[in-house]
Amino acid sequence: MNKKNERNQYVVPNFSKSPAVDKVGVEERVSRFQKRSIKNESKVQGLKMALNMIDLTTLEGKDTPRKVKQMCYKAKHLHDVYNGLPTVAAVCVYPSMVRVAKDEVKDFGIKVASVSTAFPSGQAPLKVKLDDTKYAVDQGADEIDMVISRGKFLSGEYDFVFDEISAIKEVCGAARLKVILETGELVTLDNVRRASDIAMYAGADFIKTSTGKIQPAATMQVTYTMLEAIRDFKNATGIQIGMKPAGGISNSKLALHNLVMVKEVLGNEWLTNEWFRFGASSLANDLLMQIMKAETGVYQSSDYFAID
Amino acid sequence: MERVEVLKTYKIYIGGKFPRTESGRYYTPQGADGKSLGNICLSSRKDIRNSVVAARKAFGGWSGRPAFNRGQILYRIAEILEGRRPQFISELIIQGQSAVNAEKEVDLSIDRLIYYAGWCDKYQQILGAVNPVASSHFNFTVPESMGVIGVLAPVETSLIGLVSLVAPIIAGGNTCIVLASESLPLCAVTFAEVLNASDVPGGVVNILTGNQEEMTKPLVTHMDVNAVVYGGDDEKVLTFLNESSVVNLKRIRQFTKNWMNAGSQSLKMISDCLESKTTWHPIENIGGANSSY
Repeated sequence: MNKKNERNQYVVPNFSKSPAVDKVGVEERVSRFQKRSIKNESKVQGLKMALNMIDLTTLEGKDTPRKVKQMCYKAKHLHDVYNGLPTVAAVCVYPSMVRVAKDEVKDFGIKVASVSTAFPSGQAPLKVKLDDTKYAVDQGADEIDMVISRGKFLSGEYDFVFDEISAIKEVCGAARLKVILETGELVTLDNVRRASDIAMYAGADFIKTSTGKIQPAATMQVTYTMLEAIRDFKNATGIQIGMKPAGGISNSKLALHNLVMVKEVLGNEWLTNEWFRFGASSLANDLLMQIMKAETGVYQSSDYFAID
Repeated sequence: MERVEVLKTYKIYIGGKFPRTESGRYYTPQGADGKSLGNICLSSRKDIRNSVVAARKAFGGWSGRPAFNRGQILYRIAEILEGRRPQFISELIIQGQSAVNAEKEVDLSIDRLIYYAGWCDKYQQILGAVNPVASSHFNFTVPESMGVIGVLAPVETSLIGLVSLVAPIIAGGNTCIVLASESLPLCAVTFAEVLNASDVPGGVVNILTGNQEEMTKPLVTHMDVNAVVYGGDDEKVLTFLNESSVVNLKRIRQFTKNWMNAGSQSLKMISDCLESKTTWHPIENIGGANSSY
């Protein structure tokens, strides 16, 4: 391979030689992130930080403009009885809902992310994927969440996957590109690492674990492998890439474990919603309930929190 | 060869599973002979939290079951308890009951379960009502389950008090978190094993051992608990329950009776853990007659 990326002028490595991942070592390391003692004050800070990193998501066939508006309302008014809560980072919708979402949240500093490229399967010709993406950008999407062609990747056609990502990046313009690897379909951590490398060298601004449609989704092992890839990419090229675990992170404890992991693998630079996001919907209410528990000293009930 | 005795590990019961306490703490109550009864879990507020989550999760399924089926399951608890009579009797004796009273206590517990099993599909007819109203409406009232209920089991008995409180609560379609007697915890844990073997869905009854005083606050202030049933008669505790429960206007119920009395069971104990829902249904005026239901 050894071709040069035109925009960034770094040498693209041979992806078939991406570093192998030591699965046992990863599991060992990940289990340690789950045992850090977090004191109350730091915990509250962590919970608020996690809240501010959420991409509140609705990606269902049954989505309607009203449903999207309702979710956007939730994004703006997480829990009004508590003063000084941050908002979520973004709302994540299908391209057809981008305009609706944009009109709702644009004055509140909340971004609109749109999935594209025939999400979630990615089984469509490149032209369709480009049009899909262009449409979302024209509708006002600030961020594009694309899926890679897992079938091609698993057949070893890494060039195809690379070129596809580059082409999508081209039409994104100012919008930031998140590349979804759908790790649940990649089977091994070696594949996760390789796909991460391909995505980053091809021009991704963010790499993202999953669509949320396939299980397992964002396990800590997978996220850890991708964080390591991001660290190595930064060392090799000097370019910072964001990370978005999505799917399966439904409670505060898991979110805090993820934050600990990001801090210890990548450092404080990544601890903002500019560089780290959670793709989730039910996580928000759990975080809010934990924050209210810390505030009032009383365990909370979901009866008193808005359904998003 | 002398056989090595197999000692039982007494664990708590949450969501149909038998975990150890999340806190890792234990206490060792003494039996009548002054010997240790074993290492009993000293549950913490995190166990309370986990139990409430389990009870809430189980509530929809349990309250939505056909009433007749709930009755079958309560009857099944009694059947399994019957099969384990000797174990309960010996545990009661270790905890200081006389042999005669131990036997009586277990028999009464079984009978009490049967009593409430019978009520499961009948209290709706007795407690429900069709109400006369002045407009052309069909107005009727039906009893509904309250939801998740915390139970401070009577401390002076090991089995009968707990059964007497839990049976009417679950007969009414509620789910519960039970704080067992601190000094007499053995039968509570063994009763959990009975529940687990009798088709009671996980989370419908959760049983925690430990210090009631320590666990009362997180339970009674929990926003996801709808009511608390108190099986003691300490005025201070009752005042505390009434004051702390205002955060979400929990219903507080106090049941104190001599549970060894065969008559200390009633429909009222079921209805105290139910709420009434009244519905107004418009009806037509048929044939000029003011129909009155």
